[in-house]
Amino acid sequence: MIREQEFAAGHGPVRSAEQTREGPVFEPPVDIYETAEGLTLLADMPGVAPEKVTIDLRENVLTLRGEVGRLEGENETEILREYQTGNYFRQFTLADTIDQSRIEATMKDGVLRLKLPKVERARPRTITVKAG
Amino acid sequence: MRRAWSTSPFPFRSGFPDPARIRREMERLFDLLEAETPSTAPAGVFPPMNVTQDGQNYYVRAELPGIDPAGLNIAVERNKVVVAGKREIPVEQDGVSYHRRERVGGSFNRSITLPGDIDPDRVEASYRHGVLTITLPKAEAVKARKISVRT
Repeated sequence: MIREQEFAAGHGPVRSAEQTREGPVFEPPVDIYETAEGLTLLADMPGVAPEKVTIDLRENVLTLRGEVGRLEGENETEILREYQTGNYFRQFTLADTIDQSRIEATMKDGVLRLKLPKVERARPRTITVKAG
Repeated sequence: MRRAWSTSPFPFRSGFPDPARIRREMERLFDLLEAETPSTAPAGVFPPMNVTQDGQNYYVRAELPGIDPAGLNIAVERNKVVVAGKREIPVEQDGVSYHRRERVGGSFNRSITLPGDIDPDRVEASYRHGVLTITLPKAEAVKARKISVRT
């Protein structure tokens, strides 16, 4: 129903042809779970403001991008660096069972939440047998 | 991934290895190790933190997306800051099936020692877009000052 684009395997910095900014690009870690109604995808993109998230859907390929803002002041120098910062990029392929017109996204505190509803016919249903 | 060895893992194809070559390979290996030592935290350190400074303050930052900052415990003393808290990633609904679970959470208690003393009364913390920033003003004695030479 949802699967990763092949070139984007594994975590950590990834390079992509669509990169526009210098520096590392990271794959955000995601949780994806499924219910009868659809899928929910949660992606950690700390440092990204809601307006700096772009979600692009074309030909069944869902592309998530997040642009990090600079937090450090001009005159700050490094003492200890345990993590690197960079933009986020990750792609998934969606199956036809996802209703692409009804995908909803929210971003709060650096966590992106995508709701991917299933199309009606893909939802499980119980058929009641009428007594005849 | 870049390979440490240029050819095969065992570079001595036949006969007795040439000492000069061993030496070259060893030197190259050490260079590689030095160049590739990641400046990231060892595995298991959560959350990783970055520390910077300018003339006025030290800044401690940590990526903690999706937490309630009110649940954080930040304690400061002379030249130390301790950040404790929890990042919970609960199962959102019963009976769901997970396709992926990559996001990490857990309890943490991290202590960072700064290179100089701070003014504990003026420490401030902010949480924005999932990133915690603690601003720790330097104690007066630590601040760099300009000495003008009297003539």
